[in-house]
Amino acid sequence: METGFLTLQDFYTFTKGVAYLLVVVTLFGLAGYWLFLNGRDEDDRE
Amino acid sequence: MSNLVAISRSSLLTPFNVVAGIIVLLGLIITFLRFTQGLGAVTNLSDYNPWGLWIGFDLLCGVALAAGGYVTSAAVYIFGLKKYHSAVRPAILTGFLGYALVVLALNYDVGRPWRLPYPFIIQQGTTSVLFEVGACVLLYLIVLFVEFTPSALEWLGLKKARNLILRLTMALTFLGVILSTLHQSSLGALFLIAPSKLHPLWYSQYIPVFFFVSSIIAGLSMVIFEGSLTHRYFADKMDAIHLKEKEDVVFGFGKAASFVLAGYFMIKVFGIAMDNNWHWLSTSWGAWFLVELLGFVALPSLLYATGVREKNIGLIKWTAAWTVLGIVVNRLNVGLIAFNWHLPASERYFPHWMEIALSLFVVTVGLIVFRFIVTHMPILYEHPDYKTPHA
Repeated sequence: METGFLTLQDFYTFTKGVAYLLVVVTLFGLAGYWLFLNGRDEDDRE
Repeated sequence: MSNLVAISRSSLLTPFNVVAGIIVLLGLIITFLRFTQGLGAVTNLSDYNPWGLWIGFDLLCGVALAAGGYVTSAAVYIFGLKKYHSAVRPAILTGFLGYALVVLALNYDVGRPWRLPYPFIIQQGTTSVLFEVGACVLLYLIVLFVEFTPSALEWLGLKKARNLILRLTMALTFLGVILSTLHQSSLGALFLIAPSKLHPLWYSQYIPVFFFVSSIIAGLSMVIFEGSLTHRYFADKMDAIHLKEKEDVVFGFGKAASFVLAGYFMIKVFGIAMDNNWHWLSTSWGAWFLVELLGFVALPSLLYATGVREKNIGLIKWTAAWTVLGIVVNRLNVGLIAFNWHLPASERYFPHWMEIALSLFVVTVGLIVFRFIVTHMPILYEHPDYKTPHA
């Protein structure tokens, strides 16, 4: 895969694209993980 | 009289004292060899590998694992989480001893240790990351010493001096956080200069961020790990407040560590994505990288979360020990294992047995001093003459 880019622009288009997808996964993933971490505390309070 | 002598001898000949005594004796012999015969006599360092175990373990791991001081004092004094107040003094003590031992170990590693103050008095070299690391470590060691002094001053009965130092608590906490942020990340930034030497899976433009975030994880885990050890061996020194707050500290810090580990996992994945290093994951180096990423980052994050949700204090304590080991693995990977990875096996570095023995000596000295201070000074209990909130 490392030889699949002909230009630097190709490389950045690909890596930035993956990074943007990861940003979305991270935002939702960490928010969900926070709810998972605190889930039992919320149940105990109710 | 002879009975008393026999009792005092038997109380001295504990397994800890005997093992520590042997290690210290060995360490003193190696110290003599190091400073009379030079680095070549006691290390496997070379021009290819000028940084060995004393940097990879004693310095990189020592600084990361001493991060509990700034993490705990920031949580209590800046974020106002007063229920963790009992963890501040043990964390500050561990941090202070950690940094003091880093400087001690550095005196062995640096070829001409008497020149260590040169950057401050002869030539600054302010464009060097290493200067920034040196300056911050020096300043932070002073900050930690001042933060630790109230305990010693209470022990010595110097009430006025102790009250004076306490007024500086907030300023010292802010200074500690600023200096730690700077040098924890700069230790990672040192490797930015060696993109051709560090394996691509560990090398990243974000390595300063990796080092800083993982130092928070190290600090949180060390507070839990060290707290469980002190509870086991120094329970008689702990007062009711420390015993009562102990569980709060374990659950609170465990939850924080779990979340920060999850964030750290994601930024490590970003590191791979930004340099498009996915193809390296299918190599043997990739397998070792995945052991670190999945075994020492993702796994402890989930174990901490399970421990917090199930209120399983034992699981959190074991996870803390595992995470501390993970930080050591990470720093050794960056500093030694994945460094110079392209060299043939004959040129690769493996520490001399005397390097390992001296690292053990440094850790043992830390344990002996820690035991002396915890036994004599109000670290795990409030001094009866100072029952007000203290640092």
